[in-house]
Amino acid sequence: MISVKKKGVLGDLKESLIQKIFQTSGLLAIIVLLGIFALLFYTAIPAFREVSLKEFLTSTRWDPTSPERPEYGLLSMLASTVMVTIGALLIAFPVGVAVAAYLSDVASPRVREIVKPVVELLAAIPSVVVGFIGITLVGPMIAKIFNLSHGLTALNGSLLLAIMALPTIISISEDSLNAVPISFVEASLALGANRWQTLVRVKIPAALSGIIASLMLGMGRAIGETMTVLMATGNARAFPQGFLQSVRTLTANIAIELGEVPYYTTHYYALFAIGLVLFIMTFFVNLTADVILEKQKRKLQ
Amino acid sequence: MESNIIIPAGEIKIAVEGLNLYYGHKQVLKNINLSIPEKKVTAIIGPSGCGKSSFVRILNRMNDLIPEARVEGRVLIDGENIYDKDVDLVALRKKVGMVFQKPNPFPKSIFDNIAYGLKIGNHRSRAELEQIVERSLRQAALWDEVKDRLHQNAMKLSGGQQQRLCIARALAVEPEIILFDEPCSAIDPIATARVEELIHELKKDYTVVIVTHNMQQAARVSDYTAFLWLGELVEYDRTEKIFTNPANKMTEDYITGRFG
Repeated sequence: MISVKKKGVLGDLKESLIQKIFQTSGLLAIIVLLGIFALLFYTAIPAFREVSLKEFLTSTRWDPTSPERPEYGLLSMLASTVMVTIGALLIAFPVGVAVAAYLSDVASPRVREIVKPVVELLAAIPSVVVGFIGITLVGPMIAKIFNLSHGLTALNGSLLLAIMALPTIISISEDSLNAVPISFVEASLALGANRWQTLVRVKIPAALSGIIASLMLGMGRAIGETMTVLMATGNARAFPQGFLQSVRTLTANIAIELGEVPYYTTHYYALFAIGLVLFIMTFFVNLTADVILEKQKRKLQ
Repeated sequence: MESNIIIPAGEIKIAVEGLNLYYGHKQVLKNINLSIPEKKVTAIIGPSGCGKSSFVRILNRMNDLIPEARVEGRVLIDGENIYDKDVDLVALRKKVGMVFQKPNPFPKSIFDNIAYGLKIGNHRSRAELEQIVERSLRQAALWDEVKDRLHQNAMKLSGGQQQRLCIARALAVEPEIILFDEPCSAIDPIATARVEELIHELKKDYTVVIVTHNMQQAARVSDYTAFLWLGELVEYDRTEKIFTNPANKMTEDYITGRFG
């Protein structure tokens, strides 16, 4: 006869200990996130003793070291960040979705086995190396094509960020295309649709939220990227006039100035305020992506 | 292999000749010879894994989706071999519709589900689409239940309704043959009864081939029955003959529930 009673308390103890460990690890991630937010917030606040929130958010002039009147407007840099990011996504999104569709629908298993790891390897290139490529290769090419004195422009940044956002867009779009049940594909083919129609009319709509989430995550990557844009976009402080001009993004500005700023000055605090703005932007972009992905999962079940 | 009946040449819709199907090195169907009559219901029965689903997927070339599948022999539909090189798969699949084991509506509205097969073909006016959608839903005995919510997501329908929607979707493109691959295995008995009634109605206008593991269902809905076992056609005859006086001992053992 097999007894179904518990043998001792040791098993229970182990069980609850393991549970505690995992629980703590999970909580830790949340605590770190909240900690970073709190740090940014408290270090940013003192900036607004001297700078009005209105000036900070709406002025286009950023000149904290001016001897007469320091100015703290982030709008030019915000616009630069937005511009470089949108430019990157305009390039990376169509290409990324096309590659994802190719990998999930057209490529033979052998080709997929080669292309997928290569795409993922793209994500492993250090951003400083990408920036280096921007200075030595992509930038000069832009200068040549558009007949400019140098190629360190917003376009350069967008092109490089597009390369960096591609792996995210490709792999998440491909995952969501693959998550479309085969039964949808069969139903479509059985009705006389060809592969292309099935892809465009059934698979992509069914995977759409995942594809949009990939766009958002790519955007999060592009907004936060620092080293590449710092190296590749020329860092001019003026309000961006077009893709062929030098721009300075929020991230690049922090990286450039934080090393030289005297501690506990308004300038120092203002840089943290920029960090806070960046944090809030990427946080909401990523949150939206998560919500969309979650929705997609529920829809396809 | 005993194929006991000879269907008059003029009534044959589908003629399968010397058909072998392989998945890689595994032979799934072995030298099948079988003629399926027009505007009748032909049931394919047999135990799990006997190749009956693979057999119907031969008839609209859905097996093409499986990379390692290889077909030998001929499958003539209206005298044309559908495995010839010059066959237009799109035309074939419009001619040979299919309803699957699990209801698989698209995550679109009821209307868009039915209109799907029409929209991918030639362009039609909205009025024409509406008319065909209504006709197809009526044919599938679903119209009264959904006519007030045609633009609701089809995934919200019950399983039985979804399956009738899939039948309506197949009917909308006006096929000549409809393949049912165990259409009732995922729906409840009442919904099953409705689908069976529907199949009965359909044979007035369509040639129906139905795969089922449910012998009572085969007996109820079909005119002809083929019994497959381990990839071989054991017996093929009129349904009443198969179920009352089978020629083959194995068929008798299977339908009386001695194995399977």
